[in-house]
Amino acid sequence: MGLLLDSHRRRALARLLLRLNTPLCVVSYLAGVFWFLGLAFSPLTQNTYISENAMGSTMVEEQFEGGEHALNFARDFTAQRRKTGSLPVAWLERTMRSVGLEVYSQSFSRTLPFPDETHERYMVSGTNVYGILRAPRAASTESLVLVVPSSPETLNAQAVGLLLSLAAYFRSQIYWAKDIIFLVTEHDLLGTEAWLEAYHDVNITGMQSSALQGRAGAIQAAVALELNSDVVTSLDVAVEGLNGQLPNLDLLNLFHAFCQKEALLCTLQGKLQHSDWASLGGSLHGLQTLMLMVLRQASGRPHGPHGLFLRYHVEAITLRGINSFRQYKYDMTAVGKTLEGMFRKLNNLLERLHQSYFFYLLPSLSRFVSIGLYMPAIGFLLFIPGLKALELWVKLNKADFGPEEQLGPNHSLVQPFGQDARGVALTPLVAPVLISQATGLALYLLPVMGQHVAAQHFPVAEAEAVVLTLLAIYVAGLALPHSTHRVVSSTPRGPDSGWMALKLVALLYLAIQLGCISLFNFSLGFLLAVTMVPAAALTQPSGPRFLYAVLLVLVSPGATLLGSLFLWRELQEAPLTLAEGWQLFLSALAQGVLDHHLYGALLFPLLSLGLYPCWLLFWNVLFWK
Amino acid sequence: MAMAAPLVLHLLLALLLGLGGQSRAEPERDSLREELVLTPLPSGDVSATFQFRTRWDSELQREGVSHYRLFPKVLGQLISKYSVQELHLSLTQGFWRTRFWGQPFLQAPAGAELWVWFQNSVADVDKSWKELSNILSGIFCASLNFIDSTNTVTPTASFKPLGLANGTNHHFLRYAVLPREVVCTENLTPWKKLLPCSSKAGLSVLLKAERLFHTSYHSQAVHIRPVCRDAHCVSVSWELRQTLTVVFDAYTTGQGKKDWSLFRMFSRTITEACPLASQSYVYVDISRNGQENESLEVSPPPTSTYQAVILGDRKTYAVYDLLNLATFSGSRSLNLQLKWRQLQDIGYIHYQPAQDRLRPHLLEMLIQLPANSVTKVSIQFERALLKWTEYTPDPNHGFYVSPSVLSALVPNLVGAKPANWEESPLFSTMFPTSDSSSYFVRLYTEPLLVNLPTPDFSMPYNVICLTCTVVAVCYGSFYNLLTRTFHLEEPKRSRLVRWLANIIRRIRGVPPV
Repeated sequence: MGLLLDSHRRRALARLLLRLNTPLCVVSYLAGVFWFLGLAFSPLTQNTYISENAMGSTMVEEQFEGGEHALNFARDFTAQRRKTGSLPVAWLERTMRSVGLEVYSQSFSRTLPFPDETHERYMVSGTNVYGILRAPRAASTESLVLVVPSSPETLNAQAVGLLLSLAAYFRSQIYWAKDIIFLVTEHDLLGTEAWLEAYHDVNITGMQSSALQGRAGAIQAAVALELNSDVVTSLDVAVEGLNGQLPNLDLLNLFHAFCQKEALLCTLQGKLQHSDWASLGGSLHGLQTLMLMVLRQASGRPHGPHGLFLRYHVEAITLRGINSFRQYKYDMTAVGKTLEGMFRKLNNLLERLHQSYFFYLLPSLSRFVSIGLYMPAIGFLLFIPGLKALELWVKLNKADFGPEEQLGPNHSLVQPFGQDARGVALTPLVAPVLISQATGLALYLLPVMGQHVAAQHFPVAEAEAVVLTLLAIYVAGLALPHSTHRVVSSTPRGPDSGWMALKLVALLYLAIQLGCISLFNFSLGFLLAVTMVPAAALTQPSGPRFLYAVLLVLVSPGATLLGSLFLWRELQEAPLTLAEGWQLFLSALAQGVLDHHLYGALLFPLLSLGLYPCWLLFWNVLFWK
Repeated sequence: MAMAAPLVLHLLLALLLGLGGQSRAEPERDSLREELVLTPLPSGDVSATFQFRTRWDSELQREGVSHYRLFPKVLGQLISKYSVQELHLSLTQGFWRTRFWGQPFLQAPAGAELWVWFQNSVADVDKSWKELSNILSGIFCASLNFIDSTNTVTPTASFKPLGLANGTNHHFLRYAVLPREVVCTENLTPWKKLLPCSSKAGLSVLLKAERLFHTSYHSQAVHIRPVCRDAHCVSVSWELRQTLTVVFDAYTTGQGKKDWSLFRMFSRTITEACPLASQSYVYVDISRNGQENESLEVSPPPTSTYQAVILGDRKTYAVYDLLNLATFSGSRSLNLQLKWRQLQDIGYIHYQPAQDRLRPHLLEMLIQLPANSVTKVSIQFERALLKWTEYTPDPNHGFYVSPSVLSALVPNLVGAKPANWEESPLFSTMFPTSDSSSYFVRLYTEPLLVNLPTPDFSMPYNVICLTCTVVAVCYGSFYNLLTRTFHLEEPKRSRLVRWLANIIRRIRGVPPV
């Protein structure tokens, strides 16, 4: 800092900064990208380990033998489900009561903001059924949850059967110190959301539901189970929750430990672990898994019912039984033993899971990258807007003086703000900033508010109307008048000062937004930074403007979403054709808006109110003249 | 002087005789009644409630009581030393599930609960309360010494004296709950030692720790209060009630059957009454309410039955008198068995806000509930950071909020004739009722576990160092840069330097300065 107090040195520093700016930016960008790609390689990843002492090794042997029992329950459930046409509430209540649980049910209803075409639902009403196994001699202050979502398209009958069979087995054991809640929800995530809101007595999404009659204290951990076949070949685990929240790494480690103990095949992002981690192939495989996780986390959607628990500081994961064409199959007993083991370990917890990491990336089930190691990647990227902004600031402050040599010795670089003609004039920027923000607000509000008007005047359904309005406003934002500043700015200050000031503001705005986003959702922050930052740094109203325009359009938030969809399917080894991709893009837009209204996902407001207006500012810079 | 010595001796003798005569004329009577109530609960579980009542016709408050027979000396001394009017202590593990088990005779909150009424003569109530809780902590091996001003309240409406009282000035009342207290054998042993027969004879032989702590609910309590000595109520007697309630999980112990027997529950049978007891009864609830399709059978057949209105319901009890030798006829021991065959308007609000680290919040409401209605009382709160030394060793477990208390006067559905208070069984006379048209219940809710914001304790040192560095380095410099204005000044060079510079410039061919 002493360096900056001396104006001679400061001038030298500014000169150096101007000369080296472009190479520094290039180096910084490359460093960021390569650091990220290097995350899957061995010095940056560590082996996972269980930190929580209470879940350390015990000499317990799992004794669950109710696999056949579970399948009987599943068959009955399917038959009852077919008979009643919806969740067989009465049968579930009767069965849960017969295995010795305290049984309650909760009804809920929700009218979606517009029809959900993917799940084919609009006005939803359903019932959740749950049974509480009361721990003897405990005052119901803590509990664990096993949740099975059931909806018309995915019945999860085997999961319900296993849940009932586990409940019967758990009821006969005496070692429980926490109450266990066995929950069957209807309409998958909607039911889970309704139950969680009622359990914590809050209403954040406009869900209408009856109050819960039975409670069991603070929920310590939850496991969601999805099984749709009598036998499984592998278990897939999902960790990404709402807004990219992740459960404590110990919960995942616990699952992994029991995978190994029961010799189950366990996958992450649908990918098995590579046999040889140290080899190049293994690392590339890890990188693929890691990229899949980044894409899923960036989407901010709850990838399973567990995702909604995370908002209430309840550590949770979702286990999915996969039945593929592999030779060796596992029966319900093996899955049940895994769950029994996990619950008995969770039962031992003295405190909430807090010992291990909450922020991590996973190249495989047995390895992780901690927050300290992945944050430099985004740090390098966010360095670029900072450098560019500094360059603009220096340029703006001596824009009026022409060549550097003529600068008199009696003039300093910094003058008190606003006293002189030099410095940044903010008035011309008011109009573009306001217009951009207003466009963003329209993008956020109009599609849902105007769906009925759109559906009346055009031959489209409401869901289509929402998506098309969204796209229309998005594209219309590009055609907004870019010459407002000329009317407002009356004082001529040199040819370039206007756009430079705007770009300076836009760069700072972008850097602050990306910095904040990457703090709570690294994946989203990184994806946006790696695309938007170079285009933002290059944009200026001179030079190859057509090239810049194309580049800017390609990195706009919408285009990034489209690109991510293609990348995601490519990594899953199920590439999309262009038409499929477009269809998927449209449905992803609708789902994004729905997720915001139904569960409070923040991606849609973030993009429409924050990043899209910021991007429009750069568009403004490009067409300044 | 020679005359004076015998005189003094005579006086002394007379004094001694007088004292002796007085005590012989008015013997201090004490009595012990013990009873056990076995209630099959609607859920199929079985609850067992032991009550031991020691009554002592003596003025304990008066100094000089030194001879104790049945009344435990340790408690008697406590009462006289601290001028205790009433004392209620309960140690509970588990939670009474009213929805499935029906109404309890006497519920208690999870953990330890202590409430004491002091006499009007006590000058410093808080000091006495502190000392009393510390002594009780020693007597019952419980962590009652953690009771301090931060968890003590003075309720104004819900806790009235249960015994004789001159006034109900609530300044002499103290109430505290420790929800985290765990009850174990070490608390049961001192409790049993207070019994006149200890665990040697009578009902207390059933109190085997190994079985009692294998239950779903365990609550033991000590209640001390003054009561009327007789119907005229001119003098006061002291009453000590020791109660113990356990609920046996019939499902796990009975392989899904609801049948039970004394031996299966306690792994003991009763062989005799406590020789010191004047009354010793076992009651079994054999009333059938709401379970028409089932009937039950007790063996051996009871000597008599007792019918009464308890907690608003007409109940029938099978009675076994242990002092009656016919009860033990046939065998030397009694093993009871039971077999089943194929059951708004708020009038008063008292709110005392908390002071940080000094006293907790207290909210009392008197509400008239309409029939068949649901009433919800909710309290908004904010989570705050504690001071860093105030976190417990396991802060991520959460912090307990004491259970709330619901005291109610419930109207009786069935009419009952007023029973003689002294004659009726102990379980029906815990709470004094003014008339028979209503009965009193007190219910507790579950304790609440709340998560407070918790810093990451693994790296406080790093955080402190980093924060201090950032503040020290950046704040000063930025402040400096932002508040100063800078002007360039021509450096004043000395004549020698200028001369040298001019020489160099001349050599370079540049005009001199």
